[in-house]
Amino acid sequence: MTTLAPTAPTTGGPTRAARWRRKNLTVDKVSFAAVFLGVPLAVYLVLVVSPFLQAVGYSLTSWSGFDDSTPFVGLRNYVTAFNDDVFMTAVRNSVTLVVVLPIVIIAVAVALASLVTIGGASNGPVRGVKGAEFYRVLLFFPYIIPAIAVGIMWGQIYDPSNGLLNGVLTAVGLNDFDSYPWLGDARTAMPATMFVMIWASVGFYVVIFVAAIKALPAEVFEAARLDGAGRFRIATRITVPMMRANIRTSLIYTGIFALDAFVFMSALNAGGGPQNSTLVISQELFKTAFTKGQFGYACAMGVMLAAITLLFAGAVFLVDRLTGGGDDLQEE
Amino acid sequence: MAIDTAAPAAPTVRAATARRRSVPTGERITGGVSQAVLIACAVVVVLPFLWTIMSSFKTSRQVLQSPFTLPDTLHFENYANAWTQAGIGTFFVNTLLVVGGALVLTMVMGSMCAYFLARFRFIGNKAIYLLMVAGLTFPIFLAIVPLFFILKGLGLLGTLPGLAITYSAFALPFTVFFMVPFFRALPSSVTEAAAIDGAGEWRTFFQVMVPMARPAIATLSILNFVGLWNQFLLPVALNPDQRKYVLTQGMAAFAGTAGYSIDFGALFAAVVMTIVPVLIVYLVFQRALSGSVVIGADK
Repeated sequence: MTTLAPTAPTTGGPTRAARWRRKNLTVDKVSFAAVFLGVPLAVYLVLVVSPFLQAVGYSLTSWSGFDDSTPFVGLRNYVTAFNDDVFMTAVRNSVTLVVVLPIVIIAVAVALASLVTIGGASNGPVRGVKGAEFYRVLLFFPYIIPAIAVGIMWGQIYDPSNGLLNGVLTAVGLNDFDSYPWLGDARTAMPATMFVMIWASVGFYVVIFVAAIKALPAEVFEAARLDGAGRFRIATRITVPMMRANIRTSLIYTGIFALDAFVFMSALNAGGGPQNSTLVISQELFKTAFTKGQFGYACAMGVMLAAITLLFAGAVFLVDRLTGGGDDLQEE
Repeated sequence: MAIDTAAPAAPTVRAATARRRSVPTGERITGGVSQAVLIACAVVVVLPFLWTIMSSFKTSRQVLQSPFTLPDTLHFENYANAWTQAGIGTFFVNTLLVVGGALVLTMVMGSMCAYFLARFRFIGNKAIYLLMVAGLTFPIFLAIVPLFFILKGLGLLGTLPGLAITYSAFALPFTVFFMVPFFRALPSSVTEAAAIDGAGEWRTFFQVMVPMARPAIATLSILNFVGLWNQFLLPVALNPDQRKYVLTQGMAAFAGTAGYSIDFGALFAAVVMTIVPVLIVYLVFQRALSGSVVIGADK
């Protein structure tokens, strides 16, 4: 069976894989290669690889998309971007998301996965809580729901006067929240949005980490127990270090998730939120391209978004190295 | 894939009886706190769904009255209104067509490509594999503008087949990434036996390898189904014709346009109808999925 998402599969080469020899090239083999490799690769090159490359080229033009003229303007779009207050607000918000979300999501997921797998009471071996399977299935729910539905649902929950949240808060006596606009106040719009994104994604990583913890050798836990280590020490000193590769991959995935955020923002505050407090790069890019028709400029924004993604991935690997990881890099 | 050798929850019979006899107080507290935290999380996950389902049976006026009032009767007309007037029905059919087509394309192309990359050595194999995997990390937003014009040039912009093939192109990296190790792990003796029996490459794949790869194909089909069903940016950017909207973009339009005059009951009903298909797929195939994700469920 395959493993699900960020766990890195082992990629040992095929030991006795067939080799293509010239004399063996029959119609069967040639047609096989053309269809099996050629067709998917062609689709991938045309619809995925070439747009990425073209975007870099277009980012150096003032192309408006209405005609074929793509006047070369060098790095002017990038200069414009750095002087564009709205875009820089979007960059700041996206950077906030990519700094906060991965850490929170992974921390919560590791904590919950630890509770599920090693949080149970016993005087014998380390074991999970009762109903561990139930929690694992349940916590995964939000992840499979279309993000737009999650966003619309939470938009209603945050509704100032008819929303579930203020209803619950006033019901327990916090009357200040009677009609508090969670998404309409610049102080809370971003944290409220972040909460929805965490809510929607944390279950996936719980499942990943539960699988990772269960794959660890049981003797390690038994030895730790015999040495008198408590649950918290086992989680922080044993499972987290041993899941280093999973955590690293998951951080990068959550970073990509945080830098996109388009669908959540579209559902919760399509216009960028109060004082643009939830405006992110992806929204500004979409608007610049498909509303304003400034395709060259939009491509420059895309390149900058990709650069931030790569910087983030680089930072994750760097921190991993500096904190003593790196031995397991060959696994990838 | 590693099997349950490591599950921490495999006490011997003797340990189990010992545990029943005396669990120390500290242990009980740890267990109790763990349960409490998980129950709290479960409530935070479930409550929004229950509230949405309840609200979907209320009239707009009742929704605006209070978040807690129960619906006076079950207003199923919300579902009818959402289905017909908000166009959810059309979007639903469009989504089925696009996701169905994209899923078949993705699984066929993905498993063919993964099989080829996994089982045949040729110059550029590693490079193609890395090119595919790189597609997992680059933000779609970088590609979206040129993609719009590529599809326009091919005459596929705003068409359901165009959308389906674009969906599957962007689902390929994920599929290939997880199918390659699987095909690598299949024993080569089987293919050799097939070759000796005179089977060509085509027959070997379809009659020997595909049946052996069924678990992996099933898992990835489910994951891809959920991913494709939830696809949002691609349709919003590439599918501007309202009659051809898929569910996710139709939902966004429905929630976005009406403002305060919106039929809230129908909105909640639309959310429920968007959620239900993926929920059913998840619950039905959850076991198959968890088998692949959680190594050896502790039951």
